[in-house]
Amino acid sequence: MKINALLIDDIDNVVTCVTEVPAGSEVYYRKGDEVLSLRAEEDIPYCHKIALKDFAKDDEVIKYGEMLGRTVEPVAKGHWLWDKNMYSVPRDYDSEFVSTGGNE
Amino acid sequence: MQFWGYKRSEGRAGIRNHVLILPTCVCGSESARIVASQVRGAVNIVFNTGCSDVQANTDMSQKVLTGFACNPNVYGVVIIGLGCETVGHKQLREKIQKMTSKPVVSFGIQEEGGTLKTIEKAVRAAREMASEAGRQQKELCDISELLLGIECGGSDATSGIASNPAVGELSDLLVDLGASTMMSESIEWIGGEHVLAKRAATPEIHNQIIQVCKDYEEHLKAAGQDCRAGQPTPGNKAGGLSTLDEKSLGCIRKGGTRPIVEVLEQAARPTKRGAVVMDTAGFDISSITSMVAGGCNAVIFTTGRGTPTGNAIVPVLKVTANARTFQMMEDNMDVDLSAIISGEKTYKEMGRELLGKIEDVCNGKLTKAEAYGFSDIAVDHVCRFV
Repeated sequence: MKINALLIDDIDNVVTCVTEVPAGSEVYYRKGDEVLSLRAEEDIPYCHKIALKDFAKDDEVIKYGEMLGRTVEPVAKGHWLWDKNMYSVPRDYDSEFVSTGGNE
Repeated sequence: MQFWGYKRSEGRAGIRNHVLILPTCVCGSESARIVASQVRGAVNIVFNTGCSDVQANTDMSQKVLTGFACNPNVYGVVIIGLGCETVGHKQLREKIQKMTSKPVVSFGIQEEGGTLKTIEKAVRAAREMASEAGRQQKELCDISELLLGIECGGSDATSGIASNPAVGELSDLLVDLGASTMMSESIEWIGGEHVLAKRAATPEIHNQIIQVCKDYEEHLKAAGQDCRAGQPTPGNKAGGLSTLDEKSLGCIRKGGTRPIVEVLEQAARPTKRGAVVMDTAGFDISSITSMVAGGCNAVIFTTGRGTPTGNAIVPVLKVTANARTFQMMEDNMDVDLSAIISGEKTYKEMGRELLGKIEDVCNGKLTKAEAYGFSDIAVDHVCRFV
């Protein structure tokens, strides 16, 4: 089966569709050696993300193995994740500094 | 790896040999454009500032003007000033002459008695300079003379998945060959800064990367603004990039994986060789302006939505992994990377192919924006004009 979506990191909970996906059609993506699939519950535009699981409100959306943001509202598996149902979480920079061993 | 370039008395070799017609301020820009149009081998920039600025903005303008003049792709410089701007043509010329031994001449419109008289003198000077530049022979230069600026703009979801990783691979290949690469756009590290900081060669550089992001957000907050309101752009969102974090995590992949050896202020010249990063806006034209001022002699530019941009001094090679964009905008796109999305090739294979494309550009192959003579510029500002 020809894939039409890409999983970037194995822990991601979204895949990126690389074709337009009409509601009701199957989305195929590769995870390791396996090809997995899910049903698109709504139209997903080219280059956009589809949910691999049921998201509650404020759940983390993961792509590249990293958090892209959180959900504004519940988003069920097979639905479209986009800028209208996600928000960016402010950074906590002070927690990211590392020790320089007194060199700075 | 080697390329045919123009050796300079100081610093890196040029891959072009332009005579630069450089306005000191907005009031010299139109005359500079007319002078450049009269002389084959001359290029001009349109400068939109240089007057009625606070000190911090003047400092930024001066870094861009002197940096452009010292860029290795420039053979010589003809400066056109007005006479009442913040930094006049003589002062700018003297500054540039302290930084480089290349030929520099300058004229002032008020002193010369108007634009026509200035243009006449400047055309003669530029003609002489271009004539001499034509005699300079290309010589074999080691690839370590290359400082490649890495840019992205008009990004969509294909950028982070395909074209940026391919360019990251190119960056790794170049660094391993002894060349240097520069990634910028610090606003587009935000949300991925913890990932980028893992590449830091030292703990100090790690902290500098985090600090740049923290300072950027605080700078905008001080003006009552939020970076997340402008980023991602409407085009990014339409292209499937939903948050600044998603954009950033894709953006930073274009810098590759090699250790980051230096974090540069905007428009500053690197002091180290290898992979460096610069603190610039995510606004692509402004970021390229600052990287060219920092001495990049070529720029590679990934896009998803498509862009026509070019720089007067430095070739900008535009690549996309979005097959539709390549087809729609083939007149502006240099390389099609869509084989990564279709699964026909890996990003690593395409990264290696890009090395050949960059080698061609170094050897003189014109990029599309270069052939059209495009000269985009945007000088970053710290605050309002005064």
